[in-house]
Amino acid sequence: MILDWLLPALIGVLLVLAGIGAVRRMNLWRAGQAEKVDFIAGLMAMPKRYLHDLHHVVERDKYMSRTHVATGGGFVLAMALVVLVHLFGVDSKILAWALLASLVMMFCGALFVAKRRLNPPSRLSKGPWMRLPKSLLTFSITFFVLTLPVAGVLPDGFSLGVIGGWVFTLVLSVLILLSLGEMLFGMTWGGPMKHAFAGALHLAFHRRPERFGGGRSTGLKAADLGGASHGVAKPSDFKWNQLLGFDACVQCGRCEAVCPAFAAGQPLNPKKLIQDMVVGFAGGTDEKYAGSAYPGVEVGHAKGGADNIITDGLISSDTLWSCTTCRACVEECPMMIEHVDAIVDMRRFLTLEKGETPNKGAQVLENIIATDNPNGYSPASRTHWAADQNLNVMKDVKQADVLFWVSDGAFDMRSQRILRAFVKLLKAANVDVAILGDEELDSGDVARRLGDDATFQSLAKRNLATLSKYRFNKIVTTDPHAFHCLRNEYGDFGADALLSISGESVEVLHHTTYLNQLVKEGRLQLDTFKGGKVTYHDPCYLGRYNGEYEAPRELLASLGIEVAEMERSGYRSRCCGGGGGAPITDIPGERRIADMRMEDVVSTGAELVAVGCQQCTAMLEGVVEPRPVVRDIAELLSEKLKEPEKLKEPEETIEAEKIMEEERA
Amino acid sequence: MPPSVNMVALVSVGRHPQSGRSRRAEQDGRAVEMGMNLSCDIDGQLSVVHVGDSKEPVLRQYAGMGLDALTVLEQDSGLDVLPGVVTYLKETKANLVLTGVRAERGESSGMLPYLLAEQLGWPLVPRVAEILSIKEGEAQVLLALPRGQRRSITVALPFIATVDNAAKGARQTAYGPGLRAQLNVVESEDNTDDIATSWDISPAKPRPKRMKVVKAKSAADRFKAATAKPAGGGGRVMKNETAEEKAQAIFDLLKQEKIVR
Repeated sequence: MILDWLLPALIGVLLVLAGIGAVRRMNLWRAGQAEKVDFIAGLMAMPKRYLHDLHHVVERDKYMSRTHVATGGGFVLAMALVVLVHLFGVDSKILAWALLASLVMMFCGALFVAKRRLNPPSRLSKGPWMRLPKSLLTFSITFFVLTLPVAGVLPDGFSLGVIGGWVFTLVLSVLILLSLGEMLFGMTWGGPMKHAFAGALHLAFHRRPERFGGGRSTGLKAADLGGASHGVAKPSDFKWNQLLGFDACVQCGRCEAVCPAFAAGQPLNPKKLIQDMVVGFAGGTDEKYAGSAYPGVEVGHAKGGADNIITDGLISSDTLWSCTTCRACVEECPMMIEHVDAIVDMRRFLTLEKGETPNKGAQVLENIIATDNPNGYSPASRTHWAADQNLNVMKDVKQADVLFWVSDGAFDMRSQRILRAFVKLLKAANVDVAILGDEELDSGDVARRLGDDATFQSLAKRNLATLSKYRFNKIVTTDPHAFHCLRNEYGDFGADALLSISGESVEVLHHTTYLNQLVKEGRLQLDTFKGGKVTYHDPCYLGRYNGEYEAPRELLASLGIEVAEMERSGYRSRCCGGGGGAPITDIPGERRIADMRMEDVVSTGAELVAVGCQQCTAMLEGVVEPRPVVRDIAELLSEKLKEPEKLKEPEETIEAEKIMEEERA
Repeated sequence: MPPSVNMVALVSVGRHPQSGRSRRAEQDGRAVEMGMNLSCDIDGQLSVVHVGDSKEPVLRQYAGMGLDALTVLEQDSGLDVLPGVVTYLKETKANLVLTGVRAERGESSGMLPYLLAEQLGWPLVPRVAEILSIKEGEAQVLLALPRGQRRSITVALPFIATVDNAAKGARQTAYGPGLRAQLNVVESEDNTDDIATSWDISPAKPRPKRMKVVKAKSAADRFKAATAKPAGGGGRVMKNETAEEKAQAIFDLLKQEKIVR
């Protein structure tokens, strides 16, 4: 039969073509900048990263995880066996039966893929992706039929007559070509199956290998300063494994579904951004993109090339400035693509090279440079908020158990209420605490997210120089943004060298974590909260960036509050709109992110929303009333603080009254 | 052929009013901005000049506005900057000088543009808000007057313009270009400022504020008082008098206001 030689020939040719495609694709990635990667260890770790870490994310959608295990697992197994059975002609009944079994598994999975594609949600890309379930089904059916004779189910010599045989052969050949074309050729030549090839390599050579195995890696990478250019201007300025990461995208649109800027109608869609990056390094236009557009921007006009400036025709700079760096997309991405890294890399070019930070950006950066705070206040007025607080200043005491990092909330009257509440709690717990006073500078968070890494690095180095003059065991701060910088980003500039009084490394804590420790140790006595229903808003920089979801909830529980959780809470918390310098760059949209978050709050029926971040407080309180009350957890705790003196007071007064009565008598 | 307008922007090291730290001076930044915009619109070239320390980091902030190069007339602090600038302007055949009204540190007397104008024999155009056009050696200039008013004048090149706060704000400075810009250092002669060295310098005391008597009874009156043009009344327009009479009138006024004793 013709198929006897045609089938191996087709498989062989397509495998070779796939190989050529793979080399071509790799060369596209190699246009990126060099980055040190442990190739061997990465490849060794890849299966575990895929089966454990990636699956863990996919698992959030049980339907899809099971579908993918069946389809993907079935296909990989089937493909390996197809090569053995049909290409090399290994004549083994066991292998053939195994192949049949894996094809059945794949077929079942593909049915569910097809089912989801019947009425796909808007976040899914259409176009070639609508074709994929058909290709999957074709592949499994065709090879099932082809394998039947090998498995001995159909006799080798069964005949359909001459014409029937020819038609049968022709139909099968076309089906083989179609399905193998999609699965092998498409994998390396840019079809939907590309995600399997690029995705596997992306997992192996990921830029943040610490993220696998339950780790967390959220600090931005430091920019190299002083070169011929800064940041990412052209796709080829990305690291090669960042380009590889973009190629791994499966266009599932989970990022789009959680992106606050997309929901607010600002011109950003993380999925489209990643696809535009692919257009960028592979060259061409975005005409073939079949997903949701950037709100308000028509698809089809973006042009890119590996050496073209990205903001000249590929994407508008407004898209980059719409991001709040909330990391919801990164958290949600089953391929573990790093959207925020890419956006900040491109912002660095706009700020450091072009001087085009929009709206108040330029002014804020200038203020930070000249006064070390974003609003240009006198640096000598940084400690005015604490005039009546009787706090120790490090300059005087040189060492303390806790260093309270005040952050720029010191200049803002609303944030000062949070600071005072926290100080009251620290005093009630008799904590040995000191502040840096006027020696403290802005943490550099805003400067860094606005792309000005030069200013961030200068602030980080100067802050670390100040910190290294004193001894303390912990740094505690009420600002999750400063917390993130101190804990995750100052390490590149020598934060690890800071030593506590006993010579160990210094712990950096958010105030909710620290207060929770104090409550557990019994150093804070609290009354029960008697207000109405309470919900809790997870700040991005505390939750997704630092994994602290529990301490704030435990603190609320210690006040007797049962948190009425919002639909989007914990790692899926929706941003308040205040991160990443977004309130400064202020890209117009159809709605405000803070309003949408407040709607989330209102839908729980809560009368109060507890937060753990001064930016979130400011953003949520900026929503017009009537709306639930916004309180920092420190404020809630300080209002319900049982003060030991007050407990004794009534008894003493009663006794004093008795004595007075006795005297009268 | 050399460009018809050879612009020079003079820049100084500013001082942030809150932190006292060095910065791009507000008005000098505007002067550079004006020069950069002009050099796009007309046949002209802009060079930016600083007198002082070439290692001053603030110079990079000026350069970061997008300048390829910056000229520094290297000089120790405390020396007279005037002779160096005059020589430079003569050598480079500049015919338009843009600079701030006054420096943000040092003497900050605002005298430099006047002394320059005197030495070069050029007219001084004070408090420019915008230079609309320069055609055939004549510039259409808008002067900034109080309360947002403008006066349009025509000045022949060469002249010195001091740039008012009403002019377009300086563009954002970018770190990369600032770092890479070339600094052309010109050693200048030792110009000891003999008079300044004999001065006793002490920190300024805040001047007592003149009491403001609010006579307005209604909000409308207060609004009028805040926005209306000063009625003047004390002034006198002298057009046909002789130069001596005009000078005498100015002298009398200075004496009356106790500026000259």
